[in-house]
Amino acid sequence: MKKTMYEKIWDSHLVVEVDGQAPLIYVDRHLMHEVTSPQAFEGLRLANRKVRNPHSILATMDHCVPTKDRHLPIPDPIARKQVEVMAENCAENGLNLYDMKNPNNGVIHVVVPEHGFVHPGMVVVCGDSHTATHGAFGALAFGIGTSEVEHVMATQTLPQQKSKTMLVQVNGKLSKYSSAKDIALAIIGKIGTAGGTGHVIEYAGEAIKLLSMEGRMTLCNMAIEAGARAGLVAPDEKTYEYLKGKEFAPKGNQWDQALAYWQSLPSDEGAVFDTIITLDAADIAPQVSWGTSPEQVIGVDGCVPAPESFDNEGKRKACESALAYMGLTANTKMTDIPVDLVFIGSCTNGRIEDFRIAAEVTKGTKVAKGVKAIAVPGSYHVKHQAEDEGLDKIFIEAGWEWRDPGCSMCLAMNGDELTKGQRSASTSNRNFEGRQGKGGRTHLVSPAMAAAAAAAGHFVDIRNFG
Amino acid sequence: MEPYRKHESIAALMNRSNVDTDQIIPKQFLKRVERSGFGAHLFHDWRFNDDGSDNPEFELNKPVFKGAKILVVGDNFGCGSSREHAPWAIADYGFNTIISTSYADIFYNNCFKNGILPIKVNDRQLTALMAEISANEGVQFVVDLENQQVITPAGNGFSFDIDPFRKGNLLSGLDDIGLTLKHVDKISAYEERHKKTFPWLWA
Ligand code: SF4
Repeated sequence: MKKTMYEKIWDSHLVVEVDGQAPLIYVDRHLMHEVTSPQAFEGLRLANRKVRNPHSILATMDHCVPTKDRHLPIPDPIARKQVEVMAENCAENGLNLYDMKNPNNGVIHVVVPEHGFVHPGMVVVCGDSHTATHGAFGALAFGIGTSEVEHVMATQTLPQQKSKTMLVQVNGKLSKYSSAKDIALAIIGKIGTAGGTGHVIEYAGEAIKLLSMEGRMTLCNMAIEAGARAGLVAPDEKTYEYLKGKEFAPKGNQWDQALAYWQSLPSDEGAVFDTIITLDAADIAPQVSWGTSPEQVIGVDGCVPAPESFDNEGKRKACESALAYMGLTANTKMTDIPVDLVFIGSCTNGRIEDFRIAAEVTKGTKVAKGVKAIAVPGSYHVKHQAEDEGLDKIFIEAGWEWRDPGCSMCLAMNGDELTKGQRSASTSNRNFEGRQGKGGRTHLVSPAMAAAAAAAGHFVDIRNFG
Repeated sequence: MEPYRKHESIAALMNRSNVDTDQIIPKQFLKRVERSGFGAHLFHDWRFNDDGSDNPEFELNKPVFKGAKILVVGDNFGCGSSREHAPWAIADYGFNTIISTSYADIFYNNCFKNGILPIKVNDRQLTALMAEISANEGVQFVVDLENQQVITPAGNGFSFDIDPFRKGNLLSGLDDIGLTLKHVDKISAYEERHKKTFPWLWA
């Protein structure tokens, strides 16, 4: 039978199927951060259970760590406690932790690929919805809740229902200055935030093949924003090249063995998907979200839509309340919307490639008057590499703040946040009400678009910039 | 986990779609390291005014909905993050049943692990239930998981589908981990095969 990549990974990870129960799936890699794990460790301790396979776990601290003055104690006592509890839990169970001071520290989904910890064909979980990022390697990677974190620690398995499969085929080539982020947003704009519910998405087509590994990570990262359980990209030469030589990548003979396996993973020609969506990359303009859901997004050359323009009652109401929250008037040109703060970072767009393109746009500009711009590398490795390339200087000279790594303004748990009514251009993944601070207004964009907005003080069509 | 029992309870109405986990439990409350105490912060930003007083405009602050165990809500409930703090907050606040047309996947799974029954209905059923509550705020519904039935005074009752395994676990209040560990021999056997097939993962 012809199989999709998802079905191949599923079949090879099936541990047991019992009548009337959800099948048990084996978990190869388990990623952790400080926010969603403490209650799982507490549960293990109370039940007198042990971590079954400590070497399958990699942990970091990212959500509530400060992105400046790291040498000082964390001012927020509850955040400090969370970080301390994480360190204790990892020490007690012999887990590999990149704590705040570790040179490998950073946002979990940025750090893990840097060390080659995830390979094609694996099942990867984390108590974090953006685990989907690792689908860029052709791994089945998905977010789980804290009870499931505990379940995986205790059993190395998870009861799972099989998902449906969706093929998102992106044909042709992107225009200059449209990026993986724009593809991700355009897909969500098309299918909606519930469009992928119950599915695992496989991204394919020329535009996807042409993306770098970083770009594929950005794309898969946002599969969850389309409601999907996970996103996948078939592994290819770029994937192998990226992994080769990394700390946790297979070595010697085992590399060849692994490679042969990886090459068997892509979906078979003629495999059947439950749903197929097709887009043309050339049609994808740089995107800007205008509302409070990632599906409320439009090309930068468009205008804020009017509630009447939606034919569905629910969407009309959603538009009305989004415009009220965002302080926007229908039919305003996107390029006329001013910004107060610009954030480049997160597990969506906090990788080296993102800072390169943003620096290219920023070079020779100044941050517009009244705008605050912060660049938060996804990891210390990204930070140091950017510094080696002199990118930090470009940002600093333009008036940006150059920070230490962390989730920072992606979810504003560490004190970096918008105040009420402030408007941001942000390279993160969620524009929900209050996500970046109570009453804060978030517009999701690519790094190039964010950099241009910082210089202009409002959104600009990057295709006509500079 | 408490076993889920048949009950009759007030059904509270939130006529909003795409309610995301950042609304259910805003991130400033995620820093606790315990499982309990999140109910006080459920829907915080909607529920409270800036000065911390109750926002009288917010649906669940209506006195008639006090003590409700059933939450009737619009499409795509629980979208957003994987935070289990969302169902913890919902359960801690006192809800054990949600009725909607659709849920985000992770949230849906998390409900069952916390003794919450998320019931799926179709658009027509949801509209009828919402109308019934609006017309008679404080109305009580009966939820009978054993027989997969919801009964309402105005006759908008229905039967619902649920995965039998999940139903069993809710009814018995059984711990998933204990259940899985019954298969520990199979897990060990799988691991032996896995070591042979994928030796590089164990290097
Ligand atoms: S950067 Fe944002 S999305 Fe990514 S792990 Fe951190 S909080 Fe989650």
